[in-house]
Amino acid sequence: MIEKVIFYVFAAILLGAAILVITARNPVHSALSLVLVFFTSAALWLLAEAEFLGIALVLVYVGAVMVLFLFVVMMLDINTAVLREGFARYLPLGALVGVVMVLQMLLVLGSGEVDLAGLGSEAAAGTTGNNVRLIGSVLYTVYVYPFELAAMVLLLAIIAAIMLTHRRRGGTKHQNINSQVRTRKEDRLRMVNMPSERRNDS
Amino acid sequence: MLALSDYLVLSALLFSIGMAGIFLNRKNAIVLLMSIELILLAVNFNFIAFSHFLGDIHGQVFVFFILTVAAAESAIGLAILVVLFRNRDTINVGDLDSMKG
Amino acid sequence: MKSIYLLVVLAPLLGAAVAGLAGHVIGRNNAHRLTVGAVAISALLSLFVLYQHVWGGVGPFNETIYRWASVGALNFEVGFLVDRLTALMMVVVTSVSLAVHVYTIGYMHDDPGYQRFFSYINLFTFSMLMLVMANNFLQLFFGWEAVGLVSYLLIGFWYRKETAIVANLKAFLVNRVGDFGFLLGIAAVLMYYKSLDYAEVFAAATAAPTMTLSIFGTEALVATVGALLLFIGAMGKSAQVPLHVWLPDSMEGPTPISALIHAATMVTAGIFLVARMSPIFELSETALSVVLVLGAITALFMGLVGLVQTDIKRVIAYSTLSQLGYMFVALGASAYAAGVFHLMTHAFFKALLFLGAGAVIIALHHEQDMRKMGNLRRYLPMTHITMLLGTLALVGTPFFSGYYSKDVIIEAVHAADRFGAQFAWWAVLLGVFITALYSFRLYFLVFWGEERLDPKAKAHITHLPRYVLPVMQWPLVALAIPSVVIGYLTIEPMLFGDFFANSIVVNPANDVLAKKGADFHGPFAFGLHAAVNPAFWLTVAGAATAWFFYIYRPQWLPAINQRAAGLVWVLKHQYGFDALYRVVFAGGGRWIGQALWRGGDQRVIDGLIVNGTARTIGRVAGALRGVQSGYLYHYAFVMIVGLLLLLTLFVGSWRGWF
Repeated sequence: MIEKVIFYVFAAILLGAAILVITARNPVHSALSLVLVFFTSAALWLLAEAEFLGIALVLVYVGAVMVLFLFVVMMLDINTAVLREGFARYLPLGALVGVVMVLQMLLVLGSGEVDLAGLGSEAAAGTTGNNVRLIGSVLYTVYVYPFELAAMVLLLAIIAAIMLTHRRRGGTKHQNINSQVRTRKEDRLRMVNMPSERRNDS
Repeated sequence: MLALSDYLVLSALLFSIGMAGIFLNRKNAIVLLMSIELILLAVNFNFIAFSHFLGDIHGQVFVFFILTVAAAESAIGLAILVVLFRNRDTINVGDLDSMKG
Repeated sequence: MKSIYLLVVLAPLLGAAVAGLAGHVIGRNNAHRLTVGAVAISALLSLFVLYQHVWGGVGPFNETIYRWASVGALNFEVGFLVDRLTALMMVVVTSVSLAVHVYTIGYMHDDPGYQRFFSYINLFTFSMLMLVMANNFLQLFFGWEAVGLVSYLLIGFWYRKETAIVANLKAFLVNRVGDFGFLLGIAAVLMYYKSLDYAEVFAAATAAPTMTLSIFGTEALVATVGALLLFIGAMGKSAQVPLHVWLPDSMEGPTPISALIHAATMVTAGIFLVARMSPIFELSETALSVVLVLGAITALFMGLVGLVQTDIKRVIAYSTLSQLGYMFVALGASAYAAGVFHLMTHAFFKALLFLGAGAVIIALHHEQDMRKMGNLRRYLPMTHITMLLGTLALVGTPFFSGYYSKDVIIEAVHAADRFGAQFAWWAVLLGVFITALYSFRLYFLVFWGEERLDPKAKAHITHLPRYVLPVMQWPLVALAIPSVVIGYLTIEPMLFGDFFANSIVVNPANDVLAKKGADFHGPFAFGLHAAVNPAFWLTVAGAATAWFFYIYRPQWLPAINQRAAGLVWVLKHQYGFDALYRVVFAGGGRWIGQALWRGGDQRVIDGLIVNGTARTIGRVAGALRGVQSGYLYHYAFVMIVGLLLLLTLFVGSWRGWF
């Protein structure tokens, strides 16, 4: 019973925050709402005994991604008035699309094709025990190659993000290794023929 | 006791909100990215729920990968946004029509 | 012997190649030395070959020289069949060719295309030899087309002259019509007799004389169909009605060509073909009748057209048509030997006449209109004498070669009892009168009567450079001798002996020459027989008429022309063949071409298919271009709508909505 209460409370906060994300006038508010969404999601995931992922969501998303979002939002000088134009015009359509989609998905769920009742036992053995150990035992055995690939994807993202945003300022002094290596003697050395001067000793 | 359908309905609602967000914030690239995060989160909810109720850990592994890719995606997306702003002085999607046929 | 045959053929080819490709390197004199030498070698060797075949006891030679390709059981080969018929043709071709070569040295003396001309006529000699020496249909066709090509090149030799270009195009096109039939004939032969080799084909044909085939549901003898198709080819090449229209126009080419190709040799290829194919033609009474009737029509009516021509070369050209008609009449009457005999005599005297005409033309500085000649015997005594001899031979003066060959044809037709033989007999008999009339008309107009020269021509003829004519006169003399005597010498062995042995096959029932042979008592008696021969008196009448109207009472002519204005008009327009072809075939072809061009090419292919495709793609792309707004949210919108639709489909199919 307490679980249900917790679920519904968090679910309500989640949905409210999500709606705020897409409707907030100020992008900073949107970002902060999204943080809230992630927090509540993490809580719900803990409820579903996905402890590792819940923690990871908080650490990775709230700690890294959302900070990044906030950082960007604050860094860029955004004219929110322009960006929100057409919002009211599209609100009915957006709401309609959302409602239709929800209804259709509910139809799927209520169709009876998915045997929800039979799955409701929660007694499956696999999920009992240490969640982190369980994930680790699969991740480093069965999914080791995808895991490595995911690491590569992250590395790639880092490099790409740096490459995209890195800016070379004019006027800074730096080495150009390439041109240093390619230098030839003629570029640096100038032979000058000078007549020797007569000593005025005598 | 919580049922699977609780999670699934919640996920559907979250997904629809994300979808509606894309519709509503047609011009604001940052909010668009956030909406995508919402949608991905909805997907993750489904994975977690099924993983929990089927007693199968593989679903959670999949969520792990989705988180990884989503993080990478938002990092690059935001980087692009920064470059865009630097070049165009705006992040208004309405101004980006150089791919117009 | 094989190497000799090869040398006969290849010497002119070599000459043609060198003179044609390196003409400017070796110079004019070397060019004619080389080519004349090559033809002289061919001519001498041909004479030797003929001697060997007739007196040396050499049998027919039938061997493959080179296998070109082999497709299944079918072989494409280059091979020689040399028997007495071939040997005779070789001698005729090379000797006339030699005379023309020598003559050309004078005739083309000032022409810038000197080497080219020699190259062409050498090439022609090669092609013609390939044609007559072939032992299979493929090589025959090669020679056939090659002489056609050279003929085309030479008619248009003066390629800056528009009429020459039109004439060579016309010759080429009309010959294509004939060649189409010829090719079909070869195909029919290949299809039913399963071979291209003469010997095998003839064996197959005689083995199955009653084999039939079905065309559009009509049963016909294979031999008839094959022979008729081959005869269409012969009609094209030998200019028989209705494919004769190109020959008069071919006179646009230089005169030596008219003599060599369009009188003596190439146009007789059709005669040679029919004679060579005698085993097939003998199987089909129908085909022979067609040959007979068409030959007779040509012989009579083309001679009539010759009466109204004023161009000296065109008169001789129509005479050639008429004489070719005589040869076909002989072939149609199964008197193949007589046809070939006339071919030979005609080659000499007609080449002589043409070369004589050429000498006249050159002397008058390219004046061809007979109305501006007259009394030229004062200026050109040698030409006058030789042309008189040629004319006498042509009209059939007793003891001259033409008399023997033509008279035998008339007799043979008279003796034949084939369908159309009666008509043909009247036609050739009347033709004798016409022949004499136009021949002596030409002779009197050119060499007698009053002088009607242009001042320019007059100036030219009186200051004629001495060095030109001798080299042109010797060939005339050289041709005049056989024109006079060859008939007397060869009639007995060729027609009534077994000269042609196995090279010509005649069904004993059809063998009119054998029937006539019983009445033959030597050439001298045959000549004396003229006195009781209607043909001779018709000749005399023709000559007398010509004398009467062109020498004795020329002032009566305009009146007669006026009386017979309709007839003259018809003759001047050559019975409307040209006009008909121009309107129906050329015009029709142009109309179809225009229609296809406008409708098919421009509208359908260009407009609809090529540009239409491009335009459709452009339009579709233009429409699709609008979709590509470049705005991110449009793409997102479409994506979401698509997702919704997919979801609807998904849910709907589960719920059974549709």
